[in-house]
Order: sequence, then C-alpha cells, then structure tokens
Amino acid sequence: MGDTITETLAVEVWRGRDEGQFETFEVPHRESQTVLDVVTWIQRNAEPALAYRFACRVGMCGSCAMTVNGRPRWTCRTHVSEVLDGGRLRIEPLANLPRIKDLVCDLTPFFEKWQTARGRFEPSATRHDPMVPVSTESPERRAADAGIECINCAVCYAACDVVRWNPDYVGPAALNRAWTLVNDERDGDRNGVLQAVSQAGGCHSCHTHASCLEHCPVGLNPTAGIAGLKRLTALAAFGGGD
Amino acid sequence: MLEARLYLLQRATALLLAPLVVVHLVVILLAVRGGLSAAEILARTQGSTVWAAFYGVFVIAVALHAPIGLRNLLGEWLGWRDGSRDLAVLVFGLALLGLGLRAVWGVTT
Amino acid sequence: MIGDGIVRASRNHAGFWAALAHRLSGLALICFIPLHFLALGLAIEGEAKLDTMLAWSDNPLVKISEWGLVVLLALHLGLGLRVLALEWLPWRDPRKGLIAIGAGGAVVVGLVFALNLAG
Repeated sequence: MGDTITETLAVEVWRGRDEGQFETFEVPHRESQTVLDVVTWIQRNAEPALAYRFACRVGMCGSCAMTVNGRPRWTCRTHVSEVLDGGRLRIEPLANLPRIKDLVCDLTPFFEKWQTARGRFEPSATRHDPMVPVSTESPERRAADAGIECINCAVCYAACDVVRWNPDYVGPAALNRAWTLVNDERDGDRNGVLQAVSQAGGCHSCHTHASCLEHCPVGLNPTAGIAGLKRLTALAAFGGGD
Repeated sequence: MLEARLYLLQRATALLLAPLVVVHLVVILLAVRGGLSAAEILARTQGSTVWAAFYGVFVIAVALHAPIGLRNLLGEWLGWRDGSRDLAVLVFGLALLGLGLRAVWGVTT
Repeated sequence: MIGDGIVRASRNHAGFWAALAHRLSGLALICFIPLHFLALGLAIEGEAKLDTMLAWSDNPLVKISEWGLVVLLALHLGLGLRVLALEWLPWRDPRKGLIAIGAGGAVVVGLVFALNLAG
C-alpha cells in the first residue's frame, strides 16, 4: 500500500479488556486526519459501543493517549500520515495500566503514584500573606519551569520499561512533578519530597533508558529531572543532610 | 533510605572502577602479546605492594558494585524483591570478596 | 521479565539498547568474575597449577570467550560512563554521542586484543 493516501484505511482496534481481540474497521482517509479523528469516526459511524477517552482535542488535557502502532502517543495531535506503518494502523490502550474496556485504561495507579512521590504542592504561606516574589532567573525556578508543562497524559508511564518491570516504581511523570516541587521555593516541605522519592520504587529505580524523554509529547525531559533527584537524595542520604 | 544508599554506593564504586578497569584492560592487552604464562604474570605481581593495593581495591569495589546491579536485575527480571533477595546478593558479594582477596593474595605473595 | 517481545516499538531507541547491553554485559561479568578469581587463586597452590590452567585456556574456544569478555568489560565500562555522565553532569542532549563513544571504545579494545592475541 505504501504511505500514499488511499481511499480508506484498515484500522485495527483493540476490543475487550485483558481478554479481547483486534477488530478491523474501514475508515475514510482524509488529509490532516489525526488518530483521534479515526477513533471518533469509528465510534460515530461503525461501532457506537467503542470505549475511548478524550476531552480537549488540542493537546492540553492529556486524556486521549493510546498505543498507536506499538508506541504510546497523544492521539489528538498525532497525524495518521506520521504513524502509518506500511498502511497499517493498530490502536491499543496504553501499556502498564489496568485495562477497563477497549481503549480505556484505569489511571488510578498512575495518579496514586504521584501521591506516593509526594507530587503535590504543600503551601508555605496562606492567602493572607503577601505574595512572595519568585525570580524567574534563579536556577531552581528555571529547573522547575522546564518540567512544569506536564499534561498528565501517562505516555511516559506507558513507555517506561522500569514501570513494566518493577510494580513499585512511581514512574517518570510523578518524579518529574516531584522535581518541579523540589525546585519550587514556595513549597513548604521540600525535604518531604526528597524523602518520598528515596523510598523503594523512587528515583533510584530509574536506569536512564530515557524512554520518557523519547516519548513525551510536550517535549519534557523527565530523565533529567529524575537525575536531579538522584543527585540531591543520594548526597543527602550520606551527607547527613536533612 | 536503603535505595538511595545502594544507589550512591553503586555509582561511587563505578567511578572508582572506571580508571581501574582502564588500567586492567591495558595490562590485559599488553600481557597477552606472545601468550600468557604463570611465570610472566607472577613476575609482574609477586612482592609488589602497588599491584597488591591496586587489585585489592579493585576486588573490594567489584564486590560492592556487582551485587547491587544483580539485586536490580533479580528484582526486575525475575520478580524477586523480598528480603531473601538481599540476603542472596549479600552472600554473593561476600563470596566475591573472599575469592577475590584470595586471588590477590595468591598472585602477589 | 522483558515481556511481550524485546523489540516493542516503544523500546526501539538508542537509550534502551544501551541500557540492555549494559545490563547483559554486567550479567556476563558477574558469571565470569568468580571463575576468574578461582583461576588466579590457583597461584596459591604454586606456579605449575596456574600454568596448567593457562595451558587449558590456550584452547581456541576459551580464547574466543576471553575475547568476548574483554569486549564486554570495555562495553560495560563505556556504557556505565554514559549513565554516570547523564546522571551527574549537566547535559544538554548528548545521549546518542555518549552511546557511540562507549560502544566504539569497546570495538577498539576488541580489535587490539584480537591483534595482540594473534601477534
């Protein structure tokens, strides 16, 4: 078939839960068509019972990630023409997460691990305190800014081999969030974050495969943030720091 | 903090091992020219405190470095993550240390 | 374990292959080092014992495995330096360059070892 535009696409879509099979749909191929467009076309025109998730369609909400031809991707910003593999398009739910139905995964473990890594802001002031000026030029703020645009899509989590091999590992997204908090001078418990990411399954489990960096749809570098956490925590563990 | 300590211990021994391995590789590449003989090896090493110290440090670093890597591998590829794994790699590390120091003793005294 | 076939599309990038080679070379060294120590320990029992073992190691098959282990040691070193650099140095994005340096170093060591064995 080649990668030229053909009249229709034969799209294989996972149906079922852990047990299931691929079902092939013939979908009209249009120019500038995204993978999410394809899935939506199938749900509206061929199989109303197809389960999938999406919300914003413009790469902000992080809810439409799926496995496309073996790689985790945000489907709303992935053009079919970029990923067609010899005319083949195979769509599955994200890896490393429990499946619910068809293309929908249960993201509970993903978000629970954010909590395990203490990936939530702890305020150090109240709304009655004056606003603290934060320099946008400080190295800490720059490090935080570099990781702050995560959309929680779980693409990195699905791409990560250590997540697959070690059920305790909290994963790149949670550690990226922890790294932004460690570098946020407004956070009231940065040592708590370092403690949390030093447990079994924390940042030291990462082996720098850099699959997260390879797959992050918004171009973040969780590998670098995790390396930053490793340096801070490893030195604290021996340095008698806090 | 066990994970953080094991991590730093492995990276610190890696940093120590890097130059030692380079020297070891150079010695290997030079020593194998024209074949190996016990007399040749022992002539180099016997009675040398420098080589005894070099290989002594080498063995200690390996005995710390290898079991930590093995521990990761066993946990991730065989799903062996409980306390018995730690005991097993500890025994492995001690065995490496014992055999290694015995070998250093053997070739330098 | 590795699961679902090693060559999942999401794994097919240099960082994964470097990490896998690093781990497998480490595993090979873990298997070899105790034997290496045992063999050198023969020196305690005298030079003749060590020479018997060295004579055995003249066997071409043993020579080939020795060559493999030397290459794996160099590879483990090169890829380990990659991990140390990525974790401890401020890096921009030299991932593939570091892998190339590590693997290239191992090839050079392998060639020199082979030439010296022959020479």
